[in-house]
Amino acid sequence: MGVPETHYVALSVVLFVIGVVGVLVRRNPLVIFMSIELMLNAANVALVAFGQRHGSAQGQVLVFFVMCVAAAEVAVGLAIIVSIFRVRRRLSVDELNLMRW
Amino acid sequence: MPILTFWILAMLAVLCAMGVVVRQNPIHGALFLVGNLASIAGLFLLARAEFLAAVQVIVYAGAIAVLFVFAIMVLIPGKEETGPDPYRPQRWLAVPLGGLLALEVALIGRSVLWATPSRGAAVDGTAQGVGRLLFTDYLFPFEVTSFLLLAAMVGVMTLTKRRA
Repeated sequence: MGVPETHYVALSVVLFVIGVVGVLVRRNPLVIFMSIELMLNAANVALVAFGQRHGSAQGQVLVFFVMCVAAAEVAVGLAIIVSIFRVRRRLSVDELNLMRW
Repeated sequence: MPILTFWILAMLAVLCAMGVVVRQNPIHGALFLVGNLASIAGLFLLARAEFLAAVQVIVYAGAIAVLFVFAIMVLIPGKEETGPDPYRPQRWLAVPLGGLLALEVALIGRSVLWATPSRGAAVDGTAQGVGRLLFTDYLFPFEVTSFLLLAAMVGVMTLTKRRA
């Protein structure tokens, strides 16, 4: 009956690692943010799977909170990127080695 | 039949995730991100988390993806990762290290799954079931979330305000 939880956890591991590699490899802060979204989503998949395993909806409530935090994080992060871009006119995280301008 | 649906959606999710990382143009990346989020919404449906599937589509595909596209439009399109990469060999190290991390996380996940036997109880993933839990056991975190969203909203406004 249904898909076993191990499948969901395996998928979430793969997605999470793709997100980690994306954060490490890319230099564009926008793509890095998208990779962070990938990681958060992978965690959501794992939470739903574990909640199914325990037979309670608490995992799904946690996913709801993760989504709220992700929305807030993306809004603030993109605002920071846009305001940095206004000053620096370049879009590469390697050049952001100063804590002031 | 569910297992076949799972494999199709999982393949789609993984391919779209790789597209986000591999594509040079960030607008393609945003499109792949939407594909990934949509297939994960399908997976939530498959796992009987109907409420989460709806929230996933509304919040991620509706709000976050649009936010990304707007940010890409505001920033100069196509002008990214300019100049030669001084850390290129180090960056390729990320792929084998990622494989190692995958192995580690998979082992941890497997041990956790083995430690918790399956209850076999059906989870109520409808808006009613999740909402009841949200407004009883998790009422305080729920209220804190509203405060967090307010703080993020005010923060974004102050961050993007042009200085006189």
